[in-house]
Amino acid sequence: MGLDFSVVPEYFDELLLGSLWTIAIMLASAVISFFGGILLAVIALYGPALVRYPFRAFSFVFMGTPLLLQLFLIYFGLIQIGIDLPAFVAGIIGLGLHFAVYNSDIIQAGIMAVDKGQHEGARTLGLSKLQTIRKIIVPQAVRTVIPPIGNNLVALLKDSALVSVIGVTELTLTSQLAISNTFRPFEFYVAAAVCYYVINLGLEYSLRRVESRIQVSR
Amino acid sequence: MDYDLILRVYPFFLQAALVTVQLAVLSTVLGLACGALGAYARLSRMSVLRFIGAAYVSVIRGTPALIQLFILYFGGPQIGIQLDAFSAGVLGLGINIGAYMTETMRGAIIAVDKGQVEASRTLGMSGWQTMTRVVLPQAARLMIRPLGVNINAQIKGTALVAAISVVELTYTAQRYIGSTYKPFEMFLLAGLIYMVIIYVTGKGVSWIDRQVQIK
Repeated sequence: MGLDFSVVPEYFDELLLGSLWTIAIMLASAVISFFGGILLAVIALYGPALVRYPFRAFSFVFMGTPLLLQLFLIYFGLIQIGIDLPAFVAGIIGLGLHFAVYNSDIIQAGIMAVDKGQHEGARTLGLSKLQTIRKIIVPQAVRTVIPPIGNNLVALLKDSALVSVIGVTELTLTSQLAISNTFRPFEFYVAAAVCYYVINLGLEYSLRRVESRIQVSR
Repeated sequence: MDYDLILRVYPFFLQAALVTVQLAVLSTVLGLACGALGAYARLSRMSVLRFIGAAYVSVIRGTPALIQLFILYFGGPQIGIQLDAFSAGVLGLGINIGAYMTETMRGAIIAVDKGQVEASRTLGMSGWQTMTRVVLPQAARLMIRPLGVNINAQIKGTALVAAISVVELTYTAQRYIGSTYKPFEMFLLAGLIYMVIIYVTGKGVSWIDRQVQIK
């Protein structure tokens, strides 16, 4: 069976819709991973020991096991304890938590790089500990770590293909559905790869824009 | 938690873990080879090689590993490449991690002080001698930790080949869920084994790193 890419344009609408789903899933889990990462970093650095240690164990588990396994655990495992999430919600939560842990590592480094004088200055001016962290430390820390967080975002986009395995109809599953109609795996997987590549180019372009804007305002 | 069940199935999980380890080792070896070739191409003086190297890194890092595996395993037969699932897994994962290792190795080689190259050339060494006797020995020390990070990611990446039905750890966990309806126990067991593999590998990388550093 030779290659015949002429079948791909017939599925243009489906692939476009799949791409939009992939982008939506990426954005939703990016929001969770960003704010979750900040929260985890603050707890890991400032939380009481009673909270700190469970959170450290949580990070260790999430960094030491495959994302695919975590997605299965959230989607199929939670049913066992009575929580039945729709597949795309489970996918977003799984991706979001997984990358929140990775972001938290980076943000912790960023927080530690903020000058100690900033903390002391803020406390001297009468800000509470929580206010100091929220209004002085975290904004400065996040600004310095935007580039590595951007790298995680690129990884998140590619890993979003995994949620097809738990049945979310994004780009990968869309191309699989097209394949089951046409029996042309090579053509449609290449088409999906091209879509991912284009989304990736767009993402990297936007990240560069964000990075340069942040540098100007410094 | 059904501990009896865990005790009953764990030998099968250990067997599957062996397949995961095989996948990780073989694809890492292939990845190191691809990475070395890639780094060579990207640092080459020939613009064709530089372009090929850059294209390899950009395409592989710009698309999901899962899609690459699917193209190789399901699409391969259409262009005359017929592989069994395990070989496709090793090949796909190896080529994938090779692109990341290309950048790791290139970064380490570039990080070696330029003065070292200039001094060696002044002393009359050829370009090849400078590379093999001065630059690479120093770059090798710099690249061990970041390569360890790549390998760590690769071990977790082996779970992807469950999607092309290689009977490794994640696939085994899935299969036992089908027969026991106990997803929590099965995934915790598989997760625990992954953590052990990653922990041991991490210790191994640190050990190698300590051995090669100049005290």
